Amino acid sequence: MAALFILLPLFLVMLLNLPLKKFMRPIVFWAILAVSCMQLIAVIFYFQEVSQQTLPILASVFNFPLAMDSLTRVMLVGIAMVTISSAMIANSLAGNVERRFNYLNILLIILGGMNGVVLVKDIFSLYVFLEITALSAFILIAFRRDRHSLEGAYKYIVFSSIATVLLLASIALLILFTGDTSFAALSTAIKGQGNQLVVFSIAIFIVGLMIKSGLMPFHGWLPDAYSTAPDSASLLLAGIVTKTVGVYPLIRIVYSVFGFSVPVNNILMFFGAASIVFGAFAALTQADLKRMLAYSSISQVGYIILSLGCGSLLGMAGAVFHIFNHAVFKSTLFANAAAIDSKVSSYDLENLGGLAQKMPVTGTVSALACLSVAGIPPLAGFWSKLIIILALWASNNYFYAVIAVLSSIVTLAYMLTLQRKVFFGKPDAKMQNVTEAKFSVLLPGIILACVMIAVSISFPFLLGTFIIPLKGI
Amino acid sequence: MFSLYVFILAVLVLMALFTIMTTSLLRAGLGLALTSAVLTVLMFILNTPLAAVFELSVCAGLIPVIFITVITLTKPLKKLEAEESAKEKFHRFRYLPLIVLFLFVLFVALNIKLNIALPNVEMEPDARQIIWNVRRMDLIGQVMVLLTGAFGILVLFREIRKR
Repeated sequence: MAALFILLPLFLVMLLNLPLKKFMRPIVFWAILAVSCMQLIAVIFYFQEVSQQTLPILASVFNFPLAMDSLTRVMLVGIAMVTISSAMIANSLAGNVERRFNYLNILLIILGGMNGVVLVKDIFSLYVFLEITALSAFILIAFRRDRHSLEGAYKYIVFSSIATVLLLASIALLILFTGDTSFAALSTAIKGQGNQLVVFSIAIFIVGLMIKSGLMPFHGWLPDAYSTAPDSASLLLAGIVTKTVGVYPLIRIVYSVFGFSVPVNNILMFFGAASIVFGAFAALTQADLKRMLAYSSISQVGYIILSLGCGSLLGMAGAVFHIFNHAVFKSTLFANAAAIDSKVSSYDLENLGGLAQKMPVTGTVSALACLSVAGIPPLAGFWSKLIIILALWASNNYFYAVIAVLSSIVTLAYMLTLQRKVFFGKPDAKMQNVTEAKFSVLLPGIILACVMIAVSISFPFLLGTFIIPLKGI
Repeated sequence: MFSLYVFILAVLVLMALFTIMTTSLLRAGLGLALTSAVLTVLMFILNTPLAAVFELSVCAGLIPVIFITVITLTKPLKKLEAEESAKEKFHRFRYLPLIVLFLFVLFVALNIKLNIALPNVEMEPDARQIIWNVRRMDLIGQVMVLLTGAFGILVLFREIRKR
């Protein structure tokens, strides 16, 4: 049944584009909402059933082996949640009916593409679904078709293509040596291989995924892509796309195929720590709200990779938990950026200020998300960072643990700067007529903030049921 | 046989360099077709006729035709722009030979002995078996790629054309 997560969005896109567009246009939003909510409910409440049962009609044609473990479960929940948020904002803010229809269709394709990335157990299929997601993301970034968004999209596609070349070259070499493409077969065949071409192929595969993750020094595309895309697309990119096409495959491939080794762990930890520090300090100097959030994403992805680099199961659990938390708090912040933009039409931190009085709901939700990013207890971000630091300490990486703790202080500094410059103080004369954003724009932020609070409060429960099982991915 | 591979690879690299270094879009389109044609020859020699036929028909045939069709719809450079462009033609690539030379010297100086022996590959004789039975998941992916491309054209070009 898990194949439905890929097939249903594809089927819906085809159905919605039959020559009955007039009737289909009004229902496209509800279709994407329905399919994402079904995914959310199925994965949270009926995961065992979905993993084990097969639909007879599907089984005869689509009998693919799919990965259905704790890691996939977290990713599928994150994908559905962020897609719902992006669809809600796009439905409220994305231009005329035709453009909204096209946007939501691409959102359905990217939903299927991301689900494919997290479900496949084959390295070539992984590449195919990575490309679907990257191509859809390119269109979403360029959606406004102004000079800036086209530039952002162009940078994204250039970097993404370089990553693709590296991934494809690596896959070709691995197929040559192992004669197979499934994760299990690759893992068995690679073990004990002393050939330097195999080592080279592993290295370029990891570099390719680092480019897709936006890790420093491969981050050149990320701030431009995030800041120039439409708000709903920025939310999707920052919330889940980058994690699905970059971070998730890195975790999956390192864990299931290449295996942890001292050189791989050291490389991951070095680039993770460099991204944390660089992203945090770069965010501190930004004057544009979305660019600040983009650099913050580089820093937070650094935490995830640093945790993965521990090479321990606790580190991996911390990485996956932080992916989920990052999806929630970063999507919340980009949803707030959409709400602000819909009323003020600016992201310039110097021109904003005092919006908490005018937009109290947005201000409150933003404060919660900012504190969670900074890792302030008892919010969700604190728990995942705590696990990451414990994993670093337990694996004797004291230096990196100290970097992670100190960078949290810088994170707090730029998040408080954001909150102060946008929401605190007296509103400018230009802001006198500003009112709270439409409820449909606020709703995703409110829902995500509720998820954040729920995760924070229920952490002891989640630890036993959700996070510890991650150790046995 | 080895010298033939080296020769074809050298021609392939030269064609690819021509494609990215030329300032004329039309020549770049033709360069792409030529690069694909050389790759096709390599594929035939390597005994992968099906991949070679795909490469020849799609990458060397169809895609350059689409590119050249689009290029004919663009405006040519004005005289002044063309002169500026010609002046900077090779400027941006000035470090390329130096980088290649540096890497070569580094490789020789470090005296790296590579263990890069390639294994023998067993081929599945029936390509249909691979495409329809083994790689069915990728076929679904291909359908999604095509749909994405169609929406890309709709979103990025259709409304511009309407204007």
